[in-house]
Amino acid sequence: MHKLLRQIARVGIKTEAPPAPDDALRTVRGRLNDEVLRLLGRALAIRHVDAGSCNGCELEIHAINNPYYNIEGLGIRLVASPRHADMLLVTGPVSRNMEAALRRTYDAVPEPKLVVAIGDCGCTGGIFGEGYASRGRVANVIPVDVAVPGCPPAPAAIMQGILTAVQRARR
Amino acid sequence: MLASLPGVPLKPLAGAIPAWRTELDARGWRAAATAAAAAGARLGALWASDERDRDAGLRVHALLVCYEGLVCLELALPATQARFPDLSDIFPCAGRMQRAGYDLIGTRAVDGAGQPADARGWLRHAAWPEDVFPLRRDTTSDAAWPAGEDRYAFVTVEGDGVHEIPVGPVHAGTIEPGHFRFSVVGERVLRLEERLGYKHKGVERRFEQMKLEDAIRLAGRISGDSSVAYAWAYAMALESMAGAQPAERALLLRALLLERERIANHLGDLGYLGNDGGLAFGLAQFSRLKEDVLRLNARLFGHRYLMDCVVPGGVAVDLEPTEVTSLLDEAERLEREILRLREIYDDHAGLQDRFVACGKLSAETAALLGVVGLAARASGLAIDARVYPAWAPYDQLEPRMCTRRHGDVAARVNVRFEELLESLRLERRILGGLPPGAGRVPLASVAAGMLGLGWIEGWRGEIFVALESGVDGSVRRCHPHDPSWQNWPALEHAILGNIVPDFPLINKSFNLSYAGQDL
Repeated sequence: MHKLLRQIARVGIKTEAPPAPDDALRTVRGRLNDEVLRLLGRALAIRHVDAGSCNGCELEIHAINNPYYNIEGLGIRLVASPRHADMLLVTGPVSRNMEAALRRTYDAVPEPKLVVAIGDCGCTGGIFGEGYASRGRVANVIPVDVAVPGCPPAPAAIMQGILTAVQRARR
Repeated sequence: MLASLPGVPLKPLAGAIPAWRTELDARGWRAAATAAAAAGARLGALWASDERDRDAGLRVHALLVCYEGLVCLELALPATQARFPDLSDIFPCAGRMQRAGYDLIGTRAVDGAGQPADARGWLRHAAWPEDVFPLRRDTTSDAAWPAGEDRYAFVTVEGDGVHEIPVGPVHAGTIEPGHFRFSVVGERVLRLEERLGYKHKGVERRFEQMKLEDAIRLAGRISGDSSVAYAWAYAMALESMAGAQPAERALLLRALLLERERIANHLGDLGYLGNDGGLAFGLAQFSRLKEDVLRLNARLFGHRYLMDCVVPGGVAVDLEPTEVTSLLDEAERLEREILRLREIYDDHAGLQDRFVACGKLSAETAALLGVVGLAARASGLAIDARVYPAWAPYDQLEPRMCTRRHGDVAARVNVRFEELLESLRLERRILGGLPPGAGRVPLASVAAGMLGLGWIEGWRGEIFVALESGVDGSVRRCHPHDPSWQNWPALEHAILGNIVPDFPLINKSFNLSYAGQDL
C-alpha cells in the first residue's frame, strides 16, 4: 500500500486547463434554451455510441478521462445507458448494420438531449463515405448539434466539442 | 515443393516474406488443407473474389501459415454453382470467414454431403437482400436497399434454471459494438455466443475504388489501434508487386513505429485491466503514461496514433539526433515507471485474486482454434512473426518472444508487461543503430493481375494483407485480415465456467477488434 501511495504523491496532479468552447463547431444554433443548457452544463451525462468507426475516435474518447484531461473533474461523466444520458457522443460513419441501434439509442435518451458527432467520419463519412453498407455522416441518421472534425480529433478537441454543445448561445 | 505440402506445385511470390501460391481443384483444396494441418500449419485467412470478368467464375482463397512461410491456396468455382469443400472441420476458425465470404461474394462452403456447414449470415444482417452479393463486380456499390428484417438463430441452451442475457450491440462502456448472448445458470456462464458484423461498412469495396498507392490511408484506418501494422502489411504487399526495396533506415523507422504502437496499446490495456480488476489507480497511472507516449508521437511523427507515417516505399517521417535523444529519455523513464507499477500490480492481493485462474484458455484449445498473437503466447504457444520468420528489419533486431503457460487473465497481463519492456529494448536498439538513408524510394508502376502479400505482427497478433492489382494502378481486390477472426471464438471458450461479472475483465484481457473483423 505504501508503494501505491508514494506513487500517487510522486506523480502529483497532472490535470490541465480545459479548452474554451468554439461556436464554429455548431451545426445548429439555439435549439435548447439557455436555462436548460445551464443545468446540463453543470452535470452532464454522456452516452457514447460507436456507429461504425475504426476505433480510433474511441481511443481519444478514452483519453479525455485520463489525468491530463480529466473530464470528470468538470462534472461530465460517460454513463452506461442512454436512459441516464443528456448527450450522445457518436463516432464513425453510420454502418447500415448499426443504423437501427443508433436510432433506438437516440430515442432512449430523455429530452432535452444533445448529439455531438466525433471525427471526420462522423462529420462527413470520412474515408469510408457512403456505400452499400455505410450511411455516411451521423447527421444522415439522427440530428446533430455539434460536429468535431479530426482523424481522430485530439482529446482537447473532443472536450471542446462537448463544452460547445452545452455553452449558452452567444447573443 | 514444401515439406508441409507434399505433391502440391507452388509458384513463389516475390517480396519481404517467404510466400507461394497454388491453384487447385476441389479435391486438391481439401487434401492440401489436410496435409498442411497435419504438418502443423495454421489457417491465416480465407476470402473470396469475383473473377467472372476474366471468365474464371468465382474464387476462394485460403492463406495457410506453414512452417516454411505463407501458402495461398486458390480454388476456382463456377459462378452458377459456387460451392466448395468446407475447411472448418480442419481449421475451426474457417467457419466465420467462410460465412463472411458467402455474404459478400456468394461462395458457399459445404460438407461432404453437400450441405452448408453453417448457413447463417455473418456480416450480412439486414442491410442488403439475401440474393445480393455486394462484392461482386456487377453489384453497384452505392445501391441502398431497403432494410430487411434482421433475425439470427442463436444456439439455445435448455435446462432447469437456464436463462439468457443478451448484451449489445451498444455496450455499457466506450467500446465498439457487437452482440454477446450469454446462457447462464445463476451467475455461471454455460455458453457465450458472439454475433459480430455490426461495424461492417464495406471496406473491401472501398479499396476497389482507390489507387494502389492511395489506399494505404484506408489500410491504416481498418483498425485505428493497429494503424502502423495494417499500413506496413499493405506496404509490404504493394512493394512486393512493384519490386521495391525500402532503405534500411526506413525499415528500422517502421519497426520503431510498430513498437511504439505496441507500447501505447499495452499501456492502455494494463490500465483498463487494473481498473476492471477494481484498481482505479492502475488506470490513472497507465493512461497517464500512454498519453505521454501519444504526445511524443504527435511531436516527433505528427500523429498521436502514427497514422499515415508508413507509406509505399518507406516512411513519411524522419528523426533528428535531438529527437533520438527525446525517445531514449522517454524509454528510460517509461521503463522505470513500468517496473514500479508492475511491482504494485504483482503485490496487490485483490487484483491478483481477480487475475489468476480467471478466463483460462488452455494451450490445446488455443492451438485447435488457431489462436494467434499475445493471447496465443499467454497460452504457451510460440507464435510471433517478429521472431519467426522475422521479416526485415526484425531479422537484425533479435526480438525475444514473451510467453506464459497458464492462459488466464494473469498470463495475458504478464505477457503485456514483458512485451512492453521488450519493445522498449527494441526501440533503444533501433535508435542506437539508425543508418543514414532514404526515407522513401519511388515505386515502379504495377502491372494488372499481380498478387502481393503482407504479414506483420501487430500488438494484437498477426495481420495479413492480400492485395491484387488492377488496370492503371488500381486496386482489383484487397483483403485485410485481423487476428481477431481467430481470437474471438477463443473468448467464447475462455469464459466457460466463469461468472458473468468477470466477463468484462476477461474480454479486456483479449481486447479484440470489432472493426478489424467486421470490415
